[in-house]
Amino acid sequence: MAAKTGTYTLISSSTLTTTTATVTFSSIPSTYTDLVLVANPLSTNNRDVILRFNSDTGTNYSITFLSGYGGGTPAFSSGRTTSQGFMYADYYAASNTTQNIRQINIMDYANTTTYKTALIRSSNANAYPSGGVETLVGLWRSTAAINTVAVSLSADSFLSGSVFKLYGIEAAK
Amino acid sequence: MSISSAKSGGTGISLALDNNYMEPIASVLVSASSVGLIEFLDIPQTYKHLQIRSNVRSSTANANFTFQLNGDGGSNYSNHNLYGTGSATAAGGGTSETAGYCGWIAQSGSTANAFGGGVLDILDYANTNKYKTTRSLCGSDLNGSGLIIMNSACWMSTAPVTSVTLKVSLGSGGFAQYSRISLYGIKG
Repeated sequence: MAAKTGTYTLISSSTLTTTTATVTFSSIPSTYTDLVLVANPLSTNNRDVILRFNSDTGTNYSITFLSGYGGGTPAFSSGRTTSQGFMYADYYAASNTTQNIRQINIMDYANTTTYKTALIRSSNANAYPSGGVETLVGLWRSTAAINTVAVSLSADSFLSGSVFKLYGIEAAK
Repeated sequence: MSISSAKSGGTGISLALDNNYMEPIASVLVSASSVGLIEFLDIPQTYKHLQIRSNVRSSTANANFTFQLNGDGGSNYSNHNLYGTGSATAAGGGTSETAGYCGWIAQSGSTANAFGGGVLDILDYANTNKYKTTRSLCGSDLNGSGLIIMNSACWMSTAPVTSVTLKVSLGSGGFAQYSRISLYGIKG
């Protein structure tokens, strides 16, 4: 089988220069197979990073997570949320000015027959003992093609210097 | 020895994510009611790693998403994993198994229209001196149930990987309509 040309294409990038409550990627082309959002979000306070698709604020989101906590007595745990108005993109918060990374895979985002699943990996490199790592699977109960992804914090705003990059992965045709 | 940025990205998170970092090789979208397995054959040997990205649902009550390499159904695989059920965590694994494990996917009877996502990396797949190692992140959330799992598998063969066969519970199930599995090559 012959491979075609490369993929993993940068669709849009945003590096904040001011405090911003929500970063929105809109008019996302439907020509890719998966989306990958890579984020380095910063906040003054420890807050959760949350997602919404297509501006949907209904209680159509849920997650199952597995997390590891390095502080105090190191531990790992699993939990879930159901029927929420947003999808958590981490369990641990974006933290002060410490580097922390999220990679959010939104699978088969443009199809119009299945609910949408996101696979998320996050890490919070806060100085010991407050850091943690986590992986999540999220569900948006909608068959609509995703054309908008909005990233926010559970409270407060992203700080200047936060970075968000949205990539498209196109499968072979 | 110093190591400079592998790519031209100005920020750290651009590393290895520039355009053309990976190439699509093949993709399958299940258009019929279901299929028993999905197979990628004649895989080019020109990449460093392979990545299989999936959005799949089992057509039966079986939920284990598995793979075999080069058609090998012998007891040549081992698996180790860590997973969360939404209420508990556990680790598991097995030796001398007949397939590698990708993860856990939505099944017939699960929340309608819910599928499981997965990313499976097959590392240094064309090498002829090493057993092959895979890693995967896979899971399904079903709004009240679900599972997320990280798995690493070893295929105890030094043969280069030329084909990948993906099955549900070793063929006890199938992939439901609208399941999609795509194969990519990652440049070294």
